[in-house]
Amino acid sequence: MGTYRDACKAGDFVISGEIGPPKGTNVETMLHHIEMLKDKVAGLNVTDNQSAVMRMGSLAVSGEIVRRGGDPIFQTTCRDRNRLGLQSDLLSAAFLGITNVLCLTGDHPVVGDHKQAKGVFDFDSVHLIQCCKKMNAGTDWEGNELEGKTDFFVGAVVTPEADPIEPQMYKFARKVEAGADFFQTQAVYDMDNFQRFMEEAREMTAGTDVKIMAGLVVLTGLGMAKYMNRAVPGIFVPDALLEEMAGVEKEQQLQKGMEIAARHIRFLKENKVCDGVHVMAIGKEDIVPDILAMAGVAGA
Amino acid sequence: MIISQKKPFEEIVEDLEGDTRIAIIGCGECATVTHTGGEPEVAEMKEKLEAIGKEVVYTDVVHTGCHELDVKRVLRQNKQLVEQADAFLVLSCGAGTQAVRAATDKHVVPGCDPLFLGNIQRSMDFIEKCSHCGACVIDDYGAICPVTRCPKGLLNGPCGGTNHGKCEVDPEMDCAWVLIHEQLKKEGREDKRNLLHAPKDWNVIRRPGALVERGPEKQKMGSEQ
Repeated sequence: MGTYRDACKAGDFVISGEIGPPKGTNVETMLHHIEMLKDKVAGLNVTDNQSAVMRMGSLAVSGEIVRRGGDPIFQTTCRDRNRLGLQSDLLSAAFLGITNVLCLTGDHPVVGDHKQAKGVFDFDSVHLIQCCKKMNAGTDWEGNELEGKTDFFVGAVVTPEADPIEPQMYKFARKVEAGADFFQTQAVYDMDNFQRFMEEAREMTAGTDVKIMAGLVVLTGLGMAKYMNRAVPGIFVPDALLEEMAGVEKEQQLQKGMEIAARHIRFLKENKVCDGVHVMAIGKEDIVPDILAMAGVAGA
Repeated sequence: MIISQKKPFEEIVEDLEGDTRIAIIGCGECATVTHTGGEPEVAEMKEKLEAIGKEVVYTDVVHTGCHELDVKRVLRQNKQLVEQADAFLVLSCGAGTQAVRAATDKHVVPGCDPLFLGNIQRSMDFIEKCSHCGACVIDDYGAICPVTRCPKGLLNGPCGGTNHGKCEVDPEMDCAWVLIHEQLKKEGREDKRNLLHAPKDWNVIRRPGALVERGPEKQKMGSEQ
């Protein structure tokens, strides 16, 4: 299949999945997930010490996905590296054949498993986007000429359910201004709210070729749905979905969560609400092909 | 105001192991206000050290603990007493402790943990609003410093950790970016929210900072040379 960028440029309804590198050297499960998904989605995000929990690096895993014929989306946060480290890793990414970069601030170390670590945050996500664009144009951040420029397709994130939403939309505008090519949103569950967000986002990106993908995290159970609502910033699971999950036996809730995800994918695609979806199953990647099949977008 | 906290007594005892005669130095400025190194705290420390068998040969609360000339003068004036000390226990911030360092070659022990440059909201209620980054940018942010008050020091808007106006790092703490946006709205300067800010120059002040000003021609900023 073609690349994530090609799919975006072609105006397809673009689907990406996500790979979480292991905490340790046992890559068996991860490689299984990569093999299972690489031909079913246009791009595969690789998380970067997700939730500030130390894991295998997204750079090496992204490189491995390239080697296996998939198209990785290299997630890069500003938490662990200063501007030298970030740019050096971006050049390394180019060397490994990685072309998609998702620029993130990164969770604060205190929410992770190395709570005493110093958070770097020398750049913010807007600077990181700008930096990728500069490297694409042939210079480093300081304007020093690069011997060979990069060719990154640069992504960013936005949280449609942020409360309050206004500061979030201003940040979104800065990311667009910085040159982001695509956005993947924080997980959304309320399709009405998301449609309203998209109306505003479309207005703000009018005249650009910016693509916006809805983030979908599969609900795996009622407890998990309630937890997301309670504990994860920027995530809102509406009552109707909680009731839907509660309406089936515990053993059936994962299936219900998959149905909901598939329904949302179908809805977003058929109504052309956004340009694609980013499907996250957080460790349960085995279910993603089934969800895509249920949504009628298998091997999209 | 430099906000400090008392070190656990056990830690101080450990640091003073092998030292019998102790001089205790407090500070008449910040450590007095934060109740960590004023007259009552110095007296309390004297009692506690004596209770475990130490001999306190000298106590003083110097006017300004970080004023090196002051500290040197005080120690010189009380030479007879302080010379008997095996160690100095300093109840102040690290600047005060190192002012004592500059005044003696004896064992110098910190009695407090320095925390931050703080504003006093009310008695014994302190909050950090400035982190001495070397180049003040807060006019663009409604005079609310994102470098300090956002735990990530973000300059171009909130992260995804904003949670109902609170911060992912501490659910009791307001998201600095929500405060900034509200403030700019109140001032009618919403246009400031459209600025794209460059990353900070973290070497405006090379650590350790030093500034010598003796006249218009003789200004030096940055690290000691």
